[in-house]
Amino acid sequence: MEQDSAGAPARASLLNDPKARGLFYQLVLIVALVTLGYVIVTNTIANLERQNIASGWGFLENTAGFGIIQSLFPYSETSSYGTALLVGLFNTILVAVVGIFFATIFGFVIGIARLSNNWVISRLAYCYVELVRNVPLLLQIFFWYFAVLRAVPGKREKWSLFDTIHLNIGGLRLPKPIWEPGSHMIGIALIVAIIASIVISRWAHKRQDATGQQFPMFWTAVGLIVGLPVLAYLVMGMPMYWEHPNFVETGPILRRGFELNVGINVIPEFLALTAALAIYTAAFIAEIVRAGIQAVSHGQTEAAHALGLRNGPTLRLVVIPQAMRVIIPPLTSQYLNLTKNSSLAVAIAFPDLVSVGGTVLNQTGQAIEIIGIWMGVYLSLSLLTSAFMNWYNQRMALVER
Amino acid sequence: MSDTKMFQIRTEEAPLLPAPVSTTGVIGWMRQNLFSSISNTILTVVGILIAYSIVAPFVQFALVDAVWNGENREACLPQDGAHGGACWAYVKAYLPQFIYGRYPTDEIWRVNIVYALFVLLLVPLAWPSAPFKRTNAILFLVVFPIVAYFLLTGLVIGGSVILPIVETARWGGLLVTLVIAVTGIVASLPLGIALALGRRSKMPIIKMVSIIFIEFWRGVPLITVLFMSSVMLPLFLPEGVTFDKLLRVLIGVTLFSAAYMAEVVRGGLQAIPKGQYEGAMALGLRFWPMMYLIILPQALKLVIPGIVNTFIGLFKDTTLVLIVGMFDLLGQIQSSFTDPTWSTPSQGHTGYLFAAIVFFIFCFGMSRYSIFMENKLHTGHKR
Repeated sequence: MEQDSAGAPARASLLNDPKARGLFYQLVLIVALVTLGYVIVTNTIANLERQNIASGWGFLENTAGFGIIQSLFPYSETSSYGTALLVGLFNTILVAVVGIFFATIFGFVIGIARLSNNWVISRLAYCYVELVRNVPLLLQIFFWYFAVLRAVPGKREKWSLFDTIHLNIGGLRLPKPIWEPGSHMIGIALIVAIIASIVISRWAHKRQDATGQQFPMFWTAVGLIVGLPVLAYLVMGMPMYWEHPNFVETGPILRRGFELNVGINVIPEFLALTAALAIYTAAFIAEIVRAGIQAVSHGQTEAAHALGLRNGPTLRLVVIPQAMRVIIPPLTSQYLNLTKNSSLAVAIAFPDLVSVGGTVLNQTGQAIEIIGIWMGVYLSLSLLTSAFMNWYNQRMALVER
Repeated sequence: MSDTKMFQIRTEEAPLLPAPVSTTGVIGWMRQNLFSSISNTILTVVGILIAYSIVAPFVQFALVDAVWNGENREACLPQDGAHGGACWAYVKAYLPQFIYGRYPTDEIWRVNIVYALFVLLLVPLAWPSAPFKRTNAILFLVVFPIVAYFLLTGLVIGGSVILPIVETARWGGLLVTLVIAVTGIVASLPLGIALALGRRSKMPIIKMVSIIFIEFWRGVPLITVLFMSSVMLPLFLPEGVTFDKLLRVLIGVTLFSAAYMAEVVRGGLQAIPKGQYEGAMALGLRFWPMMYLIILPQALKLVIPGIVNTFIGLFKDTTLVLIVGMFDLLGQIQSSFTDPTWSTPSQGHTGYLFAAIVFFIFCFGMSRYSIFMENKLHTGHKR
C-alpha cells in the first residue's frame, strides 16, 4: 500500500479495494445473468410462436389417447394428459419405494458380509461390489430386461415356486388378496396394534429409566402387530382370501396361459427396473455400511463387553447407533440416487414419470412445461430429502463440549 | 551345600521350534479364516456353493461353449437344442462398428491417430515419475483437444478440403463414449472448482448463484438434463442458429458433472485448515495465487478419490445418451441386435457381456489408479 509523506496509509484506490471489487464482480454477474435470461426468454417466445406451440398448462386437460401398461389407479386412453403424468409419478414412487426396500436389505447384508471373518464370504461380497459398481446401470437394466427376463418361459408356459408364485414372459404372477366386507376391521386392528406398541414402548423406556427393569418390548410388539390383525380376521369370520392366478393348461393353444385380471401381475419392465436398481444401489449401500461400522472404534465394543454386555446387545445398543450416525447421510443420498436413476425406465418403456412425460412431449411438443414438471418433481424430492437429512443430522450429531 | 547345584544356566539357546502346523501355512490360514467354528464352516460351504453356481455357468457360457470364429449366425446357432455359448465371432465382426461407429472407413486412420495421441499423452501424464509434466499437461489439456477436434470433425481452409468433414451423426461406439467422457471430465473440473470457490465466497450474490446452480443440477436426473439439452436448448437459440447434437449433449453432461465436481472440491476446501489461508495471506499472496499455489493443490489432493468417483460416474453415465438417440458403445451394441445376419439366442448376452467387460476395464482401472495415486501423494503421517 502506498504511503504519503506524512506516513498515514493512503486511501486505497478503488481498484484495490476488496469491497468495491466484490461489488463490481457481483454486478457483472447479475448483468450477465439477466442478459442471458432475457436472450433465452425472447428467443424461446419467438421460437414457440413460429412453431405454433401455445405455452401454458392447458394441454394437461386434453385427452391423452395412449395406453399405459401399468397404473396404480384407473386410467384409460380417454383420460387426460394430466392423469397420465400422475400415473407416471405414482409409478416412479412405486419403483423407488420397492427399490429402496430391497436395496437396503441387500446392501446391509453385503456390507456386513464384507466385514465377515470368513474369507470366502468377504471375497464374494467384495467381488459383487466391484463388479456391480463398475458396470453402467443402463447396461444392467438392459441385461435384466432383454437378456434375463426374455429367457424365461413363453406365454403358454410358466415356472412356479410353491405353486403360488409364477414367472413367465408376461411377468410375475402373485396371489391377490381379496377383501370382503368386514375386512376393514383388520386394518383398524393393525393401526391399533401399532399405536399400542408405541405407547407401551414409551412406558417401558420410562420404567427402565426409573427402575432399571427391562421389558420384553420386541416380542410384545411382534405379538401385538401380528396377533391383533389375525384376531380381527378370525373374529370377523375370515373376510379375506387369496385369489390365485389361474393358468389354463388345456384347450386351444391360443387360449392357454394365464387368465387376464386374476391375481396380481407384476410386469417384466417393473421387475427388470427394480431388480437392476436394487442390485446396483445395494453395492453402494454395502460400502457405506462397511465404512460406517468400521468408523466405530473397537474400544467401544471392548468397553461394552467390559460392562458385561453380550455380543447381541453390544451390536444393537452400542455399535449400530454410532455407525448409523455415519451411515444415514450417505445412505439418504443413495436413496435419492435410486429415485433419480429410476428415470432410466424410459429405456425399457416402463411408464414412469419421465417415460410418460416423454410420450406427452412427443405428442404435444410442450417441451418447456414437461421438462419443468420433471425437474420440479425431482428437485422437490431432492430438497425434501436434504431437509430430512439436515434434521436427522442435527438430531443424531455427536454433541461435544 | 555349596556343591549342590541350586540353579541352572543354559549355555546354549533353546532351539526354535516351528509353530504348530495347525496355526501356520495353508492349513492354519484355512482353520482361522474358513473353519474356525461350525457356523463359519457352514458359511464357507454356502459361500463356495454360491460362487460355484455363478462362476460355473459363466465360464461355460463365455469360454467353454463359446464360438470364436464364424462368418454369420450359422456358426453361433446352438446345436441340438442347447442354449449355446457366447458368440464372440459376432463381436469380432462388429468390432469396427463398436469402436468407430459409422465413421467412414477411409477416414478411420484419423480416429486411430486421436486414440494413439490420447494414449501417448495420457500414459506419461498418469505415470508419476515421468518427466516434463508441465509440457505434457499443456499438450494434453490444450493442444490435444484442438488437434483431436480437427482430426475428428475435418478441416476446410478457404474452400480447399484438407480433411473431409465427418458429421457427428456418423460417430459412434467407443469413440462417442470417450469423446463425451473425456470432454466432460476435462471441462467439468475447472468449472467445478470455480463453482466450489463461488459457494465458499463471501460475496452473497456469487455465493447464492453458485448454490442454486449446484443444487439444481444435482437435484435432477441426468436423463432430464439430456432431454433438456436435446429438446429445449434449440428453443433458446435465435432462429437459424443450430447446435450440433453431440455438442448439446456435451454441454448438458458437463454442466451436470460440474455440479457434482463442485461438491467434491468443496469438501476438500473445507478440510484445509484456516492457518494455510492465513499463511498465504501473510506472504502477501492475492486470492488467485493463494488458491493456485497453496490451497487448491492440497484440497484437490485430499479429494482425489471423490474426483475419480465422479469421473467413473460420468463415464458410466455416457451410456444414457442412447436415450436421446446417440450411439455410444452401448447404443451401438444395442442397435447391432437388429441385424439378422447375426441374430442368435446368445447374441444379446454376448453383446451385453462385451459391453460390461469394456466398461468394467475402464472403470475398475480408474478406481485402482485413484487408490495408487492416493498412496503416492500421501505426504502426511499415516496412522
